[in-house]
Amino acid sequence: MNVIVNGEQHRLEPGTTVAALVGTLGLPSRGIAIALDRVIVPRSRWATEVLSPGAELEVVTAMQGG
Amino acid sequence: MAGTPSRPDPVTIDGRPTIDGPLTIDGTELGSRLILGTGGATSHASLEAAVRASGTELVTVALRRVPKDGVGGLLDLLGDCGVRLLPNTAGCRTARDALLTARLGREALETSWVKLEVIADDRTLLPDVVETIDAAEQLVRDGFVVLPYTNDDPIAAQRLVDAGCAAVMPLGAPIGSGLGIRNPHAIELIRELVDVPVILDAGIGTASHAALAMELGCDAVLLATAVTRAEDPEAMARAMHHAVEAGWLARHAGRIPVRRLARASSPTEGLVEW
Repeated sequence: MNVIVNGEQHRLEPGTTVAALVGTLGLPSRGIAIALDRVIVPRSRWATEVLSPGAELEVVTAMQGG
Repeated sequence: MAGTPSRPDPVTIDGRPTIDGPLTIDGTELGSRLILGTGGATSHASLEAAVRASGTELVTVALRRVPKDGVGGLLDLLGDCGVRLLPNTAGCRTARDALLTARLGREALETSWVKLEVIADDRTLLPDVVETIDAAEQLVRDGFVVLPYTNDDPIAAQRLVDAGCAAVMPLGAPIGSGLGIRNPHAIELIRELVDVPVILDAGIGTASHAALAMELGCDAVLLATAVTRAEDPEAMARAMHHAVEAGWLARHAGRIPVRRLARASSPTEGLVEW
């Protein structure tokens, strides 16, 4: 199935969780936040939140800014 | 001073901080009245030097998509500096976007503090006060400690306080302009009207602007560009540290009244007669 992460298509196995995606993308577990279809997925739910085909995720971190 | 406690009661009879009182936001005491934005720094080394030289205890960061080459070392760097983080909602144009961005910041950085920033357009970067107040009300209900960037409008500031904001952050001039404080009277009025910390945010270009903000009665100054895009950010950060301190002390030291004519400082008695 395909999902969209930060505007880019990613091909994943059906049943992939947010936690598995974070691992696949090589992201740290701290200092980032994830929104799934404009709703925050708290870190405590990453392991159980299963992605649906076509899901749109935003993965953000802190950058320099005023 | 001998015989006085090192940390006096920070509140005077009229509810204003004393000369030695810390900046207190939502019950949290900060040892510095300078808040530093991290935008515009040319390198991590330059940013770290500026943060350390400024003496700040609170720095702002933006939230952006994780870069493809990883998260970078900004959070580690700021962690090493021992500063508290204030995520912002920079780039948001609507209350809806600001709410989501604030929640992302809370989740990513594990803080309920947010610098609420809802701008109207790219040319001026001026705040959209209607959207800002709307977002502030919702964020306060959601448990955030809201520090809103707002116009130099006393009534807008009052409305933000009514909405439950922990501080108000009126601009001195457009973001990044370095124009200084265009409407000192409005900043003074805001200070008189609201009972939360007033933080001058945006428009600072040089040390005298930061000192003036404090002399007008502001409790703190938030600046980024003035330091990060200075030729020597570390030196300018030191300058701003001293400017904010000097302005605060001057404000509370009770300045002399302005006179239209001179008043001799040397005695007139005993003047030699030629």
